[in-house]
Amino acid sequence: MDEGRPIFQQIAERVENDILSGALVEEGQVPSTNEFAMFYRINPATAGKGVNLLVEQGILYKRRGIGMFVATGARERITARRRELFVLEYVAPMLAEAASLGIEPDQLGQLITDQLTAGRLSEKETR
Amino acid sequence: MNSQNPVIQVDGLSRTYRDVPALTDVTFSLQPGIICGLLGRNGAGKTTLMRMLTGQEFPSAGSTRVFGENPVENSRVLQKMCFVSEGQRYPDGYQARHVLAGAPWFFADWDAAFADDLVEKFRLPLRRDVRKLSRGQQSALGVILGLASRAPVTIFDEPYLGLDAVARHTFYDTLLADYAERPRTILLSTHLIDEVSNLLEHVLVLDEGRLLLDQSAESLRGSASAVAGRAGDVDSFAEGRQVLHRDTLGGLATVTISGRLSAADHRAAAAAGLEIAPVSFQQLIVDLTTPSSPRTAAASVVYE
Repeated sequence: MDEGRPIFQQIAERVENDILSGALVEEGQVPSTNEFAMFYRINPATAGKGVNLLVEQGILYKRRGIGMFVATGARERITARRRELFVLEYVAPMLAEAASLGIEPDQLGQLITDQLTAGRLSEKETR
Repeated sequence: MNSQNPVIQVDGLSRTYRDVPALTDVTFSLQPGIICGLLGRNGAGKTTLMRMLTGQEFPSAGSTRVFGENPVENSRVLQKMCFVSEGQRYPDGYQARHVLAGAPWFFADWDAAFADDLVEKFRLPLRRDVRKLSRGQQSALGVILGLASRAPVTIFDEPYLGLDAVARHTFYDTLLADYAERPRTILLSTHLIDEVSNLLEHVLVLDEGRLLLDQSAESLRGSASAVAGRAGDVDSFAEGRQVLHRDTLGGLATVTISGRLSAADHRAAAAAGLEIAPVSFQQLIVDLTTPSSPRTAAASVVYE
């Protein structure tokens, strides 16, 4: 767990990551609150708070007496929200760092293109 | 939020030994069914408070109520409580099996099968004089008593002296698993804040006999941030905020700021070239209970 951030948010993010990666599928069952608590060694109330956060956002839903399931469309909803955050969490800090290093916007664009090309080349090599 | 009656209610509690105050005007209440950490430095008054909760010590002023009643010589209350104290003494010739065999007399909810299980887990020798057990084995005996008592109020005072890392994690895992199945009130005093902080739902911090913090663990986590950068930029960012601590190095400064930072704060800091790092749970407690530094004075203003 990352210090300094509420654990319930981190639990919610990990469940979201598992949904994005396909480890948890839509309409599939997710572990119980107590199982999350034991696995991550956290207080069950905290784990419950993380799960409830996802229920409020419509990512998970409860089937009474059975357990918690991933909602249909959860993956799309998570992706949409993460894309909005991408600008704040990745693009903005990158622009700030670029500015402090004196990298001009068009140079930055070129760097990204180069990086993508290099990535594709090395991908081909490993195949 | 929680409308249940508190399981523990402490009002204006003070205890003075001769002229030395051990606890001063401590007031708090605990809702049932939570794991609460009692944190503080040595001599902060943790053990005194725990002894008063279990009726082993009389208050000099104020009152203690457990299940709504005074715990002193009150068997109705005491049989629902288990106090695992550091360095518990036993009569000569007493072996661990004698301690476990006697436990059902003291604890109404004692689970002997669970105790047997734990004896295996902690590899506790049953037929050896308790006084001849190692420090870690004596601690294991205490932990077994505390867990298998299944007492509605279970109090652990530094339960793991001499326990190695494996045994401590066995303790945490077993506590968590059993608590998840049978929620009960657990009060745990500890110095190993980093190890237990994720298990806690609530935190009480004592400092020099006074209650410094009484809040949920989640609200404490991430409630302070360290901001670093050029001193001028750091100071203008910190202006109007509660600063718990400030360090400088040449033209650079780091300040610990109390209060959660918003996304806008983060953007403003990034734009000013400042770095923001979280302050760990343990570091925050250390900052708050370090004497004769400006941060203590500032902190008590914030949290009182």
